Amino acid sequence: MSKTYYDPADLRKFGKITEWNEELGNKFFEYYGKVFEDGALTAREKSLIALAVAHTEQCPYCIDAYTKDGLQRGVTKEEMMEAIHVGAAIKSGATLVHGVQMMNKVNKLDG
Amino acid sequence: MATKSLKKRESDLANSNRQLDILSNGIFKNGELPTFKDKISETSQFPLKAKKLEILQINVGYMCNQVCDHCHVDAGPDRKEIMTRDTMRQCLEVIKNTGAHTLDLTGGAPEMNPDFRWFVEEAAKAGITDFIVRSNLTIIRANKKYYDLPEFFKKHNVHVVSSMPHWTRGKTDKQRGDGVFDKSIRALQDLNAIGYGMPDSKLKLDLVYNPSGAFLPGDQAAMEKDFKKALLEDFDIKFHNLFAITNLPIARFLDYLIASENYEDYMYALVEAYNPMAVKNVMCTNTLSVSWDGYLFDCDFNQMLGLPVNSKAKHISKYNAELLEGRNIVISQHCYGCTAGAGSSCQGVVA
Repeated sequence: MSKTYYDPADLRKFGKITEWNEELGNKFFEYYGKVFEDGALTAREKSLIALAVAHTEQCPYCIDAYTKDGLQRGVTKEEMMEAIHVGAAIKSGATLVHGVQMMNKVNKLDG
Repeated sequence: MATKSLKKRESDLANSNRQLDILSNGIFKNGELPTFKDKISETSQFPLKAKKLEILQINVGYMCNQVCDHCHVDAGPDRKEIMTRDTMRQCLEVIKNTGAHTLDLTGGAPEMNPDFRWFVEEAAKAGITDFIVRSNLTIIRANKKYYDLPEFFKKHNVHVVSSMPHWTRGKTDKQRGDGVFDKSIRALQDLNAIGYGMPDSKLKLDLVYNPSGAFLPGDQAAMEKDFKKALLEDFDIKFHNLFAITNLPIARFLDYLIASENYEDYMYALVEAYNPMAVKNVMCTNTLSVSWDGYLFDCDFNQMLGLPVNSKAKHISKYNAELLEGRNIVISQHCYGCTAGAGSSCQGVVA
């Protein structure tokens, strides 16, 4: 057994999930590949969205993958950091907007 | 940022045998990754054979005004290897007598060879249809004696191919040295001003993009679009095509990969991106590389690794089309750099 939960080398083995369920694995990778193709959004824009989501999901594999993917597409570090702030803003906003619920409850119970 | 070549620093990696050792041992020796020979054998593409010569690529010297981080030539101001006029004469003889349609001059900074202009003039007389000079751009602004290079290129209808790692100053200067971006922009504007790179202009101006770190180049067409948009918006610069080139794991790039502990991951990335379709059109099958002292190699990379052509004709003075055509190409693990993804060559993608 490896000593840590996450091993960077495991990212390369992602494709192996098809070995234990070929049909669903293949369907997933087909879908995944299609999602990241140029469409109404460019592949570059999608890569930046993926990078932001990788951070909000706190997935180390995805962060490695989409940082590298961004570099390959010529994305600058300034663009990457801005994208991450978008993710962070939504995360913190999602926390804070629940403050309204807290305020509603206080007003109801103790208004 | 490096200021001296590996050779000047007396680095272990200035020794081409040491580089070949690294590429043949470790993950390739223990079977973790297949060797290039095994990989191309899977699709019956071994041995790789040279086809008809189309491009003669001549390295007129390793001297350069820049010391780029990832230079596969390990070029720099401290490199003194320079092609002589005698060797140039031997190259001209071959140019006149072969069907090669493209002459590709590279270096170092080819313009720093004192006989560069003489060679271009003579080669132009020999009637080459596509005449490439791989210019680092900054040389044009490096010294007054080079200021008229754009006019000189224009006079001889030279196809200018220039390195440009990114459309932003930060990424360009990180790889190629402080101030390189601004000088390159100025040089591109000078070239544009006399007609180079303009739509429909016969004066061809192409840019070469290679990644600034341990990652592979993205899609060439998408990168070209981004480069064109940014350079036009920011500096009113136009150019024709962008060639996306993969960094091969040799010389200073290999040194960087090892020092930054990226070597194994990079080799994995190259092997995973292996594309058998790219093997069909790798540049060594239609190109011959000539070193500053006249020796023949399958490509500029093999030249730097000291891997001569597998033929009795090993020197430009002994050039023999019959002996060279059909020769087995000399390969090692660095060749994965030319077969990753859409492939890579001095003319960009190949698949």
